[in-house]
Formats: sequence, structure tokens, C-alpha cells
Amino acid sequence: MNIEQVRTDRAALGELFALPAVALVIAIGVAEIVATRDAVMTFHAGLLVLAAGAAGLWLLLRRMGGRAGEHEAGYNHAVVRAGVIASMFWGVAGFLVGDVIAWQLAYPVLNFDLPWTNFGRMRPLHTSAVIFAFGGNVLIATSFFAVQRTCRTRLAGHMAPWFVFWGYQLFIVLAATGYLLGVTQSKEYAEPEWYIDLWLTVVWVVYLLVFLGTLFKRKEPHIYVANWFFLAFIVTVAMLHIINNAAIPVSWTGTKSYILWSGVQDAMTQWWYGHNAVGFFLTAGFLGIMYYFVPKRVERPVYSYRLSIVHFWALIFTYIWAGPHHLFYTALPDWAQTLGMTFSIILWMPSWGGMINGLMTLSGAWDKLRTDPVIRMLVVSVAFYGMSTFEGPLMSIKAVNSLSHYTDWTIGHVHSGALGWVGFVSFGALYCLTPWLWQRKRLYSLRLVEWHFWISTLGILLYITAMWVSGILQGLMWRAYNSLGFLEYSFIETVEAMHPFYIIRALGGTLFVFGSLIMAYNLWRTTRGDEADETIMHPEVASASALAKLPAE
Amino acid sequence: MSAWAKHKVFETKSMVLLIGTLIVVSIGGLVEIMPLYFLGSTIEKVEGIRPYSPLELVGRNIYIREGCYNCHSQMIRSLRDEVERYGPYSLAAESMYDHPFQWGSKRTGPDLARVGGKYSDEWHVAHMIDPRDIVPGSIMPGYPFLMKTPAWSSDIADDMRANRMAGVPYTDAMIAAASADLQAQGDPDSDGAEAVAQRYPKAVVRDFDGDPELVSEMDALIAYLQMLGTLVDFSVYDAAGDNLR
Ligand code: HEM
Ligand code: HEM
Repeated sequence: MNIEQVRTDRAALGELFALPAVALVIAIGVAEIVATRDAVMTFHAGLLVLAAGAAGLWLLLRRMGGRAGEHEAGYNHAVVRAGVIASMFWGVAGFLVGDVIAWQLAYPVLNFDLPWTNFGRMRPLHTSAVIFAFGGNVLIATSFFAVQRTCRTRLAGHMAPWFVFWGYQLFIVLAATGYLLGVTQSKEYAEPEWYIDLWLTVVWVVYLLVFLGTLFKRKEPHIYVANWFFLAFIVTVAMLHIINNAAIPVSWTGTKSYILWSGVQDAMTQWWYGHNAVGFFLTAGFLGIMYYFVPKRVERPVYSYRLSIVHFWALIFTYIWAGPHHLFYTALPDWAQTLGMTFSIILWMPSWGGMINGLMTLSGAWDKLRTDPVIRMLVVSVAFYGMSTFEGPLMSIKAVNSLSHYTDWTIGHVHSGALGWVGFVSFGALYCLTPWLWQRKRLYSLRLVEWHFWISTLGILLYITAMWVSGILQGLMWRAYNSLGFLEYSFIETVEAMHPFYIIRALGGTLFVFGSLIMAYNLWRTTRGDEADETIMHPEVASASALAKLPAE
Repeated sequence: MSAWAKHKVFETKSMVLLIGTLIVVSIGGLVEIMPLYFLGSTIEKVEGIRPYSPLELVGRNIYIREGCYNCHSQMIRSLRDEVERYGPYSLAAESMYDHPFQWGSKRTGPDLARVGGKYSDEWHVAHMIDPRDIVPGSIMPGYPFLMKTPAWSSDIADDMRANRMAGVPYTDAMIAAASADLQAQGDPDSDGAEAVAQRYPKAVVRDFDGDPELVSEMDALIAYLQMLGTLVDFSVYDAAGDNLR
């Protein structure tokens, strides 16, 4: 690997000033350990001290070795490489936990009747691991990569990007261990407790600053469309996170807090957050990936510039309104439900506008679908995006939602978006990034990408078809009446009817996990520079040699 | 200059893009959330809603800690089959002291908004220890460990103070008596039992888990379950006028 080193005095000064910050974090951690009577707080403060201590030690060693301020010249690829590794790691872990809880629903003995392994604690572990650990790392890696290339400048900040990366990993570890030890706010997709939320806020603000700073010093006149989506994702998530998580800690030395909002207002705030975790985390951010990686990989410009503009503003404006579709026929006032339904249905249009923009970028290059499985993965992800954003508005019609709400239909919808769209677009991006970042001519094996593609696609199909059938069956059974006008089924009969579908879903999940393991192996071999003997399969795709390096700063 | 050309300012000034985005994404939330705090009709006018007793609050925290909300909703929708299966549809007022709300989004198990009083304490204890002992087809995990853990290790009064700061009307007297009330609600023979029922109308005072030695997490959880949905008297609730839905 070609690492040219440079040293700047400004960066060295930055490293010096980082030491007091590290000391402050250690002091807070130690104070917590001394004062708290809460075992989980002791554990978490201990992790914080360890992490800060490691950072401090690293800074000191560099200073003593006279290497302070030293970094790779040109683009900051090192932090993106770290992001790729973390994405792959958390991806496999998160899918695995998903599969474990899928088997738990089929065979409840797998809960082992222990606190740490029961479904109620493991499910948030799954959702956070896949959305925030896997998805979040993919977004950090891809946004850091794309913003540098499209601005033709090095990522802003010397240590800041690394703080974002490691700070985010610490957030993941705190959140995940917290769930298993019973520390949770119980707000879906916002389960971490107040102190973990505060930590994430700090990390996120630095993320925003790094991103903005890079835009600021760009050497291109225009901000490329992918960056609009990344930026919208970062600021909107910050806004949602802070408001939805507003809480009053019971004490500064305890883990427990009470959310400031209550009842119906809390429900609305939560689903304003929850739907836009989907809209901005799982959609806007990943659309940024689509807008960078699809054109790059097929070597065509984005289909329509004007469509991009309409897509961007219409999407971010409309998404924010759609939250009430999680609360139909509940105690939320009718006017809010009606607004939510209206905007959710409208949302179909900008969503498909984006899908068309992504798919049509292939015009004139459709043959690559056949020859390059990575492009196929990207394109199928956009197709799944189209499917789930058609299904979503459909489920936002109150009459349809009266059937689908509370059932597995929702779970099926989630996973067609999550596995098909988020999963595949991430896989496509990681397959592109790895040879670029490790400066390899190509992936280790495209044949293994083919295997990954087909195994995962089969897994997804098993998953979502099983959930459609079970969800609709469940919804119909709940509302079935017999000839005497009584409810036909007891609740437990509807639970028993789900059993075969839960097995099919879990098998689909197993395939998906298996596919991701193939991918991990393929990427690992790629980083080592290995190449499988399959010359016929390799068209000339963007290779490392084509990527120009920036001159040293 | 065409409209498209005007867009250039967003593409060349990162701060303009940032602020434009912030404005555009703020509107929906403001319109949908703010009025819920000001419109009087958002929360129905009903009698009987009160803050959780200390033991119930502890039970609720266990419900949250174990993630029961991942499988159980607490929101009966205003649909015929739900009302027949679970009881009167849920009112906004019934969760007005819930920080955070527990409406849920998935019914892997049945709705629990009105489970209070539906089963006996013995049923709940046996069911929590091993669900399949009571309901053979159930896929719920067992929670035998709740029997062995004391209900609360630190001071529940601190939790009540935090709730009060968030708007729950706990009185000074309630907070002062918190620990005593917690013990007394799980021990009907104690001196404080009557006071609990007075401070928290309709609170059930019983040795829920049948183990008089210890007020356990099981006691707390069942105290919570047994009060869910019982506070409003629907035989006198007026669903007309402002409360019409
Ligand atoms: C091997 C792959 C996966 C399997 C087997 C799996 C399995 C599951 C299971 C069993 C549940 C609980 C469903 C229930 O409560 O009835 C669940 C929930 C969920 N999963 Fe996955 N999952 C996988 C991958 C993913 C991915 C990649 C994502 C996101 C990027 C994701 C996001 C979610 C979300 C958001 C929920 C909560 C849904 C809701 O509350 O409505 N999953 N998953
Ligand atoms: C036009 C776009 C979309 C609309 C209008 C939409 C609409 C909906 C609706 C109506 C529900 C069911 C709510 C309920 O009954 O509880 C839902 C749930 C969900 N959707 Fe979508 N959806 C859209 C796109 C997506 C995409 C692309 C993803 C994933 C990447 C996604 C992820 C989810 C998740 C995670 C939930 C479950 C939330 C929960 O209950 O925990 N949605 N969506």
C-alpha cells in the first residue's frame, strides 16, 4: 500500500489541544464510577474511560515519537477503510441477531428464560445493530468517501473524522450492551438512554462539522447532488434525535430517565422521529449512496439533473409529515391522522421520481446488468426501494392500515426496504469501495458476488412473502366473525397459525446471513490483493489505477 | 433567468443549502406536533386518571426494561373487532402520565391496554414464570428471574421527582411516603396498606406473587398489569361533545 506521509503544524497543534478534552472525558468517567450505585453505569463509565484512555495514549505516543500531526497525503482514505471494515463486521452481527430472534419467534425455548437473551431485549439489539451499526457505518464511510471525491479535497479536520468513527463505535457498544443489561428508553429506534444520547449528539455534531467543512473547502464550484442528500440526512437526524430524546434523568449518576413528552404527544413525537429515521437515515442517506455509486459504477451521468432537484426538495419536505401513518385509529386526533395519510400517499411520487432517476442512469448501459453483478445488486436495490415505497403509501391508506397495523405485514414491509434496499445498496457500495480503497485492480471474485446476490435474493423473497401471507392472515383472523356474530378466533389461535411462516422467514434470514458471510470473505481476500482465476467475468470496471491522487496538502 | 438556474445558489453555497434544508424539514413537525399541546380536545375530559403508585411505577419500568412493548401494544383502536376483543377503545387521557407512551407497534402477543383485572394474580405469576405452562401455544419468553429480585434497590422517590418535573402531578405527600407505599402495596396486612389505596384510588393492594417474604419485581410487574385500563369507569364515561371521536 502506498502511504505518503505528510506533517502539518496545524494538525500537530490540534493533537495537543485534544489532550485536555481527553482528560476531561476521563475525569467525567471516573467521577461517575466513584459516585454511581448503578452497576451498568459503572460498566459504561468504565468503557468511556478505557476509550478515552486509549485515545490519550495514542496522542501521547505520537507526540513522544515526534509524529504528531502526521497523516496520509491526499484523500483521507484511512477512515473510510475503517468504516468499510466496521460496516461488514456490524452487518454480519446484526443480521445474525435478526436471525436468532426470528428463530426465537418460531421456537420460544431459544429465549432460555434469562434476562440477557430474551426476545424483548434482543429485538432492539437487532434493530439498532442493523440500522445504526451497519447502516450508520456504511453511511459514514460512503459519505466521507463521496464528499471528498466530489469536492476534490481532503476531508476536513485532522482528528475529527477519526473522532466521528471511533466515537460512533463507542456509541454502538454502549447502546448494545445497555439493551442486554436492561437499559432502554423503550422508544423504538431511540432506545439508548440519556447519557448515550448525549454522547451520540457530540459525535453527530462533529460529523456535521466535518461534512460541512469539507463542502466549505471544495475545489469544485458545485455541490454534487449526493452531498445534498447526505447533508439533509445528517442535519435532520440531529434535529429528530435531540427532540425525540428530550428526557429528565432520575440522577446524574444513574442510567434511568423519563422522557419529557407523554402519552399522545409523545406518540406523535416518537413517530415523527421514527418515520423520519426511515426517511432520512434509511432513505435520504442511502439515496446519497445511490446518486454517487450508481453513476460511478456504470460510468454514466445521473439521468436527469432537474429530476434530482425536484426529487430532493419534494422528498425532504414530504417525509416529515408522514409520521401519523403509524398511529391510525389510535387516540391521536383525526386531523393529524388525515394529514399523515395525505402526505404519505403523496410521498409515493417523489420516491418514484428518485427511483426513476437511479434506474434510468443505466440507459445505454443496460448490458452491464448482465456482466457486472455489483451493478445488478445496486439496480435491484433501487427496484426494492421502488417496491417498498409503493407498498408504504398503500399501507398508509387508513382502510388498508386497519388490517396491516400490528401484524407481520409491517414486518414484511420493513424488510423489503431494509434487506432489499438498504442491504443491497450498501453491499453494492462496499463492493465498489473495497478495491478502490485498498488500491486493488478488482474484487477477489465476481463469481462469489453472483453467489451472494442470488442467495440473498432468495432469502429476501422467502422473508417477505412469508410475512405478507402471515400478516394478512393474522389481520383477517383477528377480525373474522362466525355465523353467530362472535369473534371467530381466540388470540392464541392466530399465534399458532403463524408458526410455519416464522420458520420460512427464519430460513430466509439464514440465507441472508450466509450471503453476507460470503461477502465478508470476498472483501477480505480483496484487501489482501488476491484474485480468483475468472478472467472472463471481469469487464473493465473502475479500477484503482483510474483514481487520481491529490497532491499533498 | 429560468427557475432551474436560480437553484444554483443552493448548489454553490453550503450554508444556504443547510439552512434551506432545515427550514423545509421543520414545517411538517411543527404543524403536526405543536397543536397537540394547545388544542384542548386532544386529551379527553375524564374522571379517574391518576399517577402510578410507586409499586406500579416500578412494575412499569420492568415492563420497559424487558422490552414487553416489542410484542404487546397498549392501544385499542376504534375498530369493532378490537373493542369486542379487548374492551373500550383507548383514550388519550389514559396514557397522559406515561413518560414515555407504551402504545406499541406490533401485536405478537395480545393488546394489554385493559388486561387489568382480566386474570388472577396466580395466573399471572404462573404465566410469567413459564407461559407455555398456562397457554401451550404461546411463544412468549419466560421471566422466572423476576421472582427472586427485590422490587427496587434505590429510592423510587427520585423517580417520582423526575416524573414530576416532566409534568406528572405527584404531591409532596406522595413522594414523602414513596418507599413506605411501595412496601405496603405488596403487603396487605401492613399498616400502610389503607393509605396506599387512599393516595392512589383503585390501586390494588395485595401480595401479588404469593411470597410474603419479599416484595419482588414480580409483585411490581403484576401490580402494574392489574391496574392497566382500570382507571376510567366506562359505564359513566361520556363519549359525546368534546370527547366525541
Ligand atoms: C438476516 C436478516 C434479518 C433477519 C432474519 C431479521 C429478522 C427480524 C425479526 C425476526 C424481527 C422482529 C419481528 C417481529 O417482532 O415480529 C425484525 C425486526 C426488525 N428488523 Fe430485521 N431482520 C434482518 C435484517 C434486517 C435489516 C438488514 C434491517 C435494516 C436495515 C432490519 C430492520 C428491522 C427493523 C426496523 C425491525 C423492526 C420492525 C418493526 O418494529 O416494525 N432487519 N427483524
Ligand atoms: C413512500 C415511502 C413509505 C411509506 C409511505 C411508508 C409507510 C409505512 C407504513 C404505513 C407503515 C406501517 C405503520 C404501522 O401500521 O405501524 C410503515 C412501517 C415501516 N416502514 Fe415504511 N413506508 C415507506 C418506505 C419505507 C422504506 C423505504 C423503508 C425502509 C428502508 C421503510 C421502513 C419502515 C419501517 C422500519 C417500519 C416499521 C416501523 C415500526 O412499526 O416499528 N419504509 N411504513
